[in-house]
Amino acid sequence: MTEAHSSQGQSAKALSIRGLKKVYANGFVALKGIDLDVEQGDFFALLGPNGAGKSTTLGIVSSLVNKSEGSVSIFGVDIDKDFSKAKRFLGVVPQEFNFNQFEKVKDIVLSQAGYYGIPREEAKARTEQFLKELGLWDKRDNAARMLSGGMKRRLMIARALIHKPRLLILDEPTAGVDIELRRSMWEFIKKINREEGTTIILTTHYLEEAESLCRNIAIIDQGEIVKNTTIKALLQQLNTEVFIMDTSETLTQAPQIEGFETQLLDEHSFEVVMQRGQHLNEVFAQLNAVGVSISSMRTKSNRLEELFVELVEQDRKKHDAANKESDQKDKVSA
Amino acid sequence: MSVQEYWIAFTTIIHKEINRFTRIWAQTLLPPAITMTLYFVIFGNLIGSRIGEMGGFTYMQFIVPGLIMMSVITNSYSNVVSSFYGARFQKSIEELLVSPTPNWIILSGFVLGGVARGLTVGFIVTVLSLFFTDLHLHNLGITILVVLMTSILFALGGFVNAMFARSFDDISIVPTFILTPLTYLGGVFYSISLLPDFWQGVSMLNPILYMVNTFRYGILGVSDIDVVYALSAVAFFIVAMFTLCLTLLNKGKGIRS
Repeated sequence: MTEAHSSQGQSAKALSIRGLKKVYANGFVALKGIDLDVEQGDFFALLGPNGAGKSTTLGIVSSLVNKSEGSVSIFGVDIDKDFSKAKRFLGVVPQEFNFNQFEKVKDIVLSQAGYYGIPREEAKARTEQFLKELGLWDKRDNAARMLSGGMKRRLMIARALIHKPRLLILDEPTAGVDIELRRSMWEFIKKINREEGTTIILTTHYLEEAESLCRNIAIIDQGEIVKNTTIKALLQQLNTEVFIMDTSETLTQAPQIEGFETQLLDEHSFEVVMQRGQHLNEVFAQLNAVGVSISSMRTKSNRLEELFVELVEQDRKKHDAANKESDQKDKVSA
Repeated sequence: MSVQEYWIAFTTIIHKEINRFTRIWAQTLLPPAITMTLYFVIFGNLIGSRIGEMGGFTYMQFIVPGLIMMSVITNSYSNVVSSFYGARFQKSIEELLVSPTPNWIILSGFVLGGVARGLTVGFIVTVLSLFFTDLHLHNLGITILVVLMTSILFALGGFVNAMFARSFDDISIVPTFILTPLTYLGGVFYSISLLPDFWQGVSMLNPILYMVNTFRYGILGVSDIDVVYALSAVAFFIVAMFTLCLTLLNKGKGIRS
């Protein structure tokens, strides 16, 4: 059986992590005992600042990092009990290029099929299918080092899909990829999520990507999950949103809108700060009353980005406070 | 994984390894051919003709088995050490680590890749030697067995080196400072019966001496040491080294943080 899409683990969660802890040899605690569930068929975002523990978590799941404590199950298969079986469900697209740069594109994908025990003829057919779908078929006989950065990313996606995994992990797959290519990659990933039912776990620093693609989200910081909810529920927690409004009229000062804070940006644009519960209708009604017509409008920054920063800051403050308290206790006891 | 899937994974690794060393043949196959030809010309023909007989054979006939074995040892070792460390360095080893391929298949694949290069170079050197002397096989079975076992053992040695290496410098230290001296002092160019008793005793501690002499026995029928004892010792070290490599792989030495 070479297909990962078997009946195994039909009712289980795509990924279930319990009490996962990682302490590196130098004593650095990368994960402090996290719990995380990802449902089958989900498009899940795992976000966090650099060094938060995202890659360590995914490294443990994909067997590239040894865990210190805790358990990980992939479609109900505990990696400690049968990692070989669990790995069949999993496809991994890592952050860094991890293929032999001197090998031919098609050989890289073909070899990966071989490692999953896929017979040669079937492997060739799948290699052709995925390289064509990802626009790399013309480059199949080129050495991998001759590819552009975006093509190398797509090569890693083709390689990760060769055994048709049920869970695909994408660790910052669009880092350094231009906008056009990024969009085409997302169309492809959305398609396999929608049509094949492949569960996707994504880490990215482009939060607008997470907002537009993912249904559920976990934010990790300093080795702890600080938020795990749906994107929708998370965005509802947003307290403040800032809109930039453009007008064809020439302004010398920001229009005064009762109940809203405004600030002039330049003679044709100003920003409006909205608190949760306030409505844009009120803004437009007051602007109409003072004769300011709006030609276009946009949010000042990505909404998820604002929340992300807010949550991470809260977490850091909490940690700082806990550290201070602990220091004070130490001083007292000393 | 089923037996068929194991087989596919295993042959994939070997296929990839053979592709690698044949793709860069100018770095892997050509240099030993040139070096050994120079040995045949300089040591065998020019100097050897003045040395006379050794162990009842011409000096050229005497050194040919040792030089073939030296090529097999060096190439089996260097193939695995450079290939596996290269895979670590480029992180392409992760392709295997994320797959369901078990560690014993990964190890066997890399080792057999090293054996393939060792035997290929051994064959090339053997063919080249025929331009300089006649070779008569005394015992085909022992010749094949010892060359195969030696190749496996040094391929495993290369694997251990690759797992501990932290830079490309580290993969050349062992071949330069340990492997080459032991090979030169392993009776390739002389019979240890020429040495004083003390140095004969010291030479007996050199494992390569046993392999070179057993191979020489297979071809010429003469040896400084007991062949059965030598083969048993090599078999023991193969099992010990395989176990060590597998333990290191399972622990993720150098490949998992």
